Amino acid sequence: MKLKKFFNSQKVAPYVFVLPFILSFAVFWIYPLFSTVKMSFEKILPSKTTFVALANYEKLLNDRIFHIAIGNSFWYMVWTIIILIPLPMIFACIMDSNLVKAKGLWKALLYLPALSSVVVSGMLFRLMFSELPTSQMNVFLQWLGQLPIKWLKQESTARFALVLLATWRWTGVNMLYYIAGLKNIDKAYYEAAEIDGAGAFQRFRYITLPLLKPTNIYVLTISIYAGLSMFLESFMLWAGNSSPRNIGLTIVGYLYRRGIEKNELGYASAVGLVLLVIALIINIIQLILNGSFKKEEA
Amino acid sequence: MAEQNAIKEKQKIGVSLKHRILSIVSTSLFGILCALVIFPFLTGVLASFRPGRELIRRGLSLNLDFSTMSLDNYKFLFSGNTDSLKYFNWFKNSLVLTVVTVVLTLLVCYIVAYGLTMYNYRLKNFLFFLVIATMMVPFEILMLPLYQEMISLKLINSAAGVILPGLCGASTIFFFKQYMSGLPKELLDAGRIDGATEYGICFKIMLPITKPAFAAMAILSTMGAWNNMLWPMLIFRDASKFTLPIGLNTLLTPYGNNYDLLIAGSCFAILPVFILFLCFQKYFVEGMTSGAVKG
Repeated sequence: MKLKKFFNSQKVAPYVFVLPFILSFAVFWIYPLFSTVKMSFEKILPSKTTFVALANYEKLLNDRIFHIAIGNSFWYMVWTIIILIPLPMIFACIMDSNLVKAKGLWKALLYLPALSSVVVSGMLFRLMFSELPTSQMNVFLQWLGQLPIKWLKQESTARFALVLLATWRWTGVNMLYYIAGLKNIDKAYYEAAEIDGAGAFQRFRYITLPLLKPTNIYVLTISIYAGLSMFLESFMLWAGNSSPRNIGLTIVGYLYRRGIEKNELGYASAVGLVLLVIALIINIIQLILNGSFKKEEA
Repeated sequence: MAEQNAIKEKQKIGVSLKHRILSIVSTSLFGILCALVIFPFLTGVLASFRPGRELIRRGLSLNLDFSTMSLDNYKFLFSGNTDSLKYFNWFKNSLVLTVVTVVLTLLVCYIVAYGLTMYNYRLKNFLFFLVIATMMVPFEILMLPLYQEMISLKLINSAAGVILPGLCGASTIFFFKQYMSGLPKELLDAGRIDGATEYGICFKIMLPITKPAFAAMAILSTMGAWNNMLWPMLIFRDASKFTLPIGLNTLLTPYGNNYDLLIAGSCFAILPVFILFLCFQKYFVEGMTSGAVKG
């Protein structure tokens, strides 16, 4: 009876509610995080583990393939940001106006690619960009009077395929975020601006753009993370984790190669920590530039 | 007076004409956009009815020759299991895993969010900070140590191994918290006066009015679970335990790709989420957005 009262008190109950999180946090977050830090200082062989201090990191500094992977991930991240922020924003603005008919249909169709798993979308793009002269992209080239090319075997065209895949998959998703952001903007601002004689472009520049800032920060943050940790798209496009001259290798792809395919857990952990540091630095810079750390103005 | 009215009428017609042109232009913009988005699916669906040799010869192409089409690929997919193809099993595994994952995740995340929203206590803000912190580390970084942990916990090849690490999803907790902070806390006191226990209030009073949040999150996490691939790929080892994405991926082998089956299997795999999405699109759009972005 006392026990029952104890658990039912308003002091204890909240801790009972958050207990699953505390457990999950300890077991599936703190513990692996610490063990990945620890492993990154070790050389791990099936039978024995030796402490090697910074040897893994020194090796990473001179690992040409790792540099390629970082380059590829960065390149992908930057391009997805360049495309997947302005484009969905403009589409959302048009969609939000009273000009577009059959909005529900367009929204659903644009969202469709995000519903398909990366296996499906990756495979479709792999076939569309295949070397066959009848693959869609080569047919398109022939329309333009060009010869068919091996899309996924050259760096520039392979990267184009990768970014197009990302654009195809995420435009609809980001558009929904922006539509929600637009819904939060008070319509009175636009009415006031219109009375003052502001044109459509001025209303966009001085009302929409500044007030969409929270959405921008959110979309930018998730894009940075998604861009840096991209792996499966490349895995599907090249039917595995190896692409010619590593043109599709990403940081996570390299982590997977070293940790899972080659079973070098120590070295792969060092790769993971470099990724973590990069992600945190970029996001902190991003948050500072956006003024998220400044105190709210009264 | 009559003249003035006439001028006004003319202006109105001018405005509405401009409006109509703009409307046609922007609607057709989305029409073209959607056509581009659908195009890969369309060719995929068409190809899924064709024999494999046709695909090897021509790849995906917008080939409208209906004489080469048949239901053979789909028949073969569902005709039963072979050593390498257990499509029906994979489909069933995906279905079960998705349902269990979604039910457990929503329940746990709801409870945690409730504990983080409805009470005032010392560690509350700190705990919430920890929830946010878990969002800051990409899962891929924890993948290797987690994988080892699962080996030592003997959870390899089990659904528990797939579900447990993602059970307390930070973004789901965050969404529930956002939703619940808008609910009146007086309900808690009312419940207490009526003699309900803290847990009774959580499940019998608050849970029913949190239903819209549940609906939105259910759709989001169903899609996540249905399409989840990287982690299940590490956990599941037997072909009979594979989920759809992993199983379909095994059809791409170094010894030749079974594109005909892969495409048919993929087309069919999208159907459940697509139907779900169409039915709950309204909740879905709210769910995508209201939790994540608040200006």
